[in-house]
Amino acid sequence: MRRSVVVAMIAAPLALLYASLFVGRFTVAPAEVARILWSNVYPIAHDWPASVETIVMQIRLPRAVLAMFVGAGLAASGSAYQGMFRNPLVSPDILGVTAASAFGAAVALLLSRNALELQVVAFTFGLAGVFFTYLLARVYRATPVLMLVLSGVIVAAFFSALLSGAKYVADPESKLPAITYWLLGSLNAASTRSLAMALPPIIAGSAGLMFLRWQLNVLAMGDDEARSLGVRTEALKAGVIVCTTLITAASVSVCGIVGWVGLVIPHLGRMLVGPDHRALLPMSFCIGATYLLFIDDVARTATVGEIPLGILTALIGAPFFAYLLRKTRGTWQ
Amino acid sequence: MIEVRGGAFKYGERTVFASIDLDIFAGEVLTILGPNGCGKSTLLRCIGGALRLAEGTVRMGNDDLSTLDPGARARRIGFLFQDHTPTFPFTVLDVTVMGRTPHMSIFGMPSPRDTALAEEALDTVGIRHLKNRPYTELSGGERQLVLLSRTLAQQPDVILLDEPTSHLDMRNQVLCLKTIGALAALGRPMIMTTHDPNHAFLYPGRVALMKPDGSLLTGPASDVITDATLSMIYGTDIGVFSVARRAGPGEFKFCSPWQ
Repeated sequence: MRRSVVVAMIAAPLALLYASLFVGRFTVAPAEVARILWSNVYPIAHDWPASVETIVMQIRLPRAVLAMFVGAGLAASGSAYQGMFRNPLVSPDILGVTAASAFGAAVALLLSRNALELQVVAFTFGLAGVFFTYLLARVYRATPVLMLVLSGVIVAAFFSALLSGAKYVADPESKLPAITYWLLGSLNAASTRSLAMALPPIIAGSAGLMFLRWQLNVLAMGDDEARSLGVRTEALKAGVIVCTTLITAASVSVCGIVGWVGLVIPHLGRMLVGPDHRALLPMSFCIGATYLLFIDDVARTATVGEIPLGILTALIGAPFFAYLLRKTRGTWQ
Repeated sequence: MIEVRGGAFKYGERTVFASIDLDIFAGEVLTILGPNGCGKSTLLRCIGGALRLAEGTVRMGNDDLSTLDPGARARRIGFLFQDHTPTFPFTVLDVTVMGRTPHMSIFGMPSPRDTALAEEALDTVGIRHLKNRPYTELSGGERQLVLLSRTLAQQPDVILLDEPTSHLDMRNQVLCLKTIGALAALGRPMIMTTHDPNHAFLYPGRVALMKPDGSLLTGPASDVITDATLSMIYGTDIGVFSVARRAGPGEFKFCSPWQ
C-alpha cells in the first residue's frame, strides 16, 4: 500500500471522530471540544459548563467510538467471510448470528429486562446460533463451505420464525414497537457501559482476523489448495468464524441490526487496495469505521428525532454503491 | 524418493485400487495414465497426503507421509490441482508468494525473502513479466505456469500435478509439459496424471498405467503404451503409430483410436 493511502485510511476516521464531537443539535465550538478532551488527559482550568462536558464526554464520545468499532468490525468480518466463502455476496450474518441475536433481544424486550441484560442475552443467542450452524455443517470432521452456507440459511430461518413469533405475542401497544424499533438499529442508547460491553469482543475478534489475514488469502484459493500449502483449513475456518461471530454478536447486541456495512464496504476496500487481505482487512476496518460514524452523525442530526441506522445505512449507501457499480460495470475496479 | 507399498483405497464399498507398489526416483517425470474416473487422481491425492490410503504406506525417505502434520508435508510435497479460476483477482505475484505459506507460522506474513523467492520462481518458469497481472485474467496455460511457479517457491522435494494439461490447447500443452520436463531435469521429481497417452510420448519418461482392476503397469513409455494395453484400459480399439521425426533421427510415436 502506498504511504499516502495508509495516512488517509487512518486519518479519515479520526478526523470524523473529532468532528462528531462538536456536531449535533447542541453545537459546541471545535476549540472547546479540544480543550475538554485535553482536560481529561492533563489538568487545566475548566472554563466551560459541566453540561457541555457531559454532552461531549458522556454522550457523544462513547456513541461515536461505538459507531466506529461496530462499523469497523462488521466491515472486517464481511471481508474475512467473503474471502473464506470465496463469494463476494456474503455478509457477516450468513451463519445466522444476526437472526439469533435479534431473537434473543426480542425475548429480553418481551420480558422487560434492562439494557444490560438485553445485551447479554442477545450476545449469547448470537453465539449459540452460530454454534448450531457449525454443528449442523460438520461432516466427516470437516465443514465444507457449502454445508456452512446451507446450515446458516436453516438456522437463520428458524430464528427468524421465532422472532416473528415473539413479535406476534408481544403487546402491540408497548412491546411490539420496542422490538420493531430496536431491530431497525440505533446507537442512541450508547453509553460508557455499553462501550465496555461491546468493545472487548469486537477488538478481540478484529485482532484475530488481522493476525489470520495472510492465511485468508490462501484459503480464498480453495480448501484443497490451502491444505496442500500446509494450511490447517478446518482450524482456520473455525478461528475466522469465532472472530466474526464475536464481532457481529457484540454489534447486534449493542445497537440492533445494522445491515449493509459488512456486505458492501469490502467491495469498496477491494476497489482501493485489491483483494489481498493483508491490505484489504485494515482498509475495510478503517472505511467501515468512517462509514458508520458518518451514517450515525446523519442519523442523530438530520432530523429533530433519530433516524434508525438500519434505514440510513442502505438509504445513503445504496445510491452510492449503485453509482460505483454502474461506473465500474460490475468489476469493482 | 517416494515408495508406495501395498496401497489400497476405497470409496465406501467400491475399491478404487488395491495392492499398488510404486517407486518414484529423483529427477524423473512419472506419468500416471488411465481413463476418466479410473482413480488416478485419487492415487495422486493419496501420495500427496490429501487423502489417506485404506491400506498400505507412502514413505518418503524415513518418514511415513501420513504421520506428518500439514505444514511439514507441504514443505516436502508440492501439489498442483486442476485448473480453476478463483473468485478474487489476486496478482500473479500474490499467488506465487502463497507457495511460501508452509514456511511461515499460522499468524505469519511473507517476508521480503519470501517475495524474492517467489520472483525467482517466476524467473525460472519464465513468466516474470506477468508478475502484476490479475491471475483471474490469464489464459489457462498461463495460470498453470503460475501455479507451477508457486509450487517451485514452495521448495518441496517432489511435485505432484493433477491433469496439468487438461484444459489447455495444444500449444499450451506443449509449453506446460516442456516446463515440467525441464524442472524435473533439475533434480526434483514430478508425478503427473493425464488421460492422454500422447503426453507420455511427447516427453518420454516412466509411465504407470492404471488398469481397470485397479492395478498398475509400470515401465518406460514405449514398453507400456501399446495397442493391447491402451485398447484394454480405454475399452476401445486404439493403435500406436510410429513416424520418422521431422527434425533429428529416430522415430516419434503417437496413438489414436481406430475408426
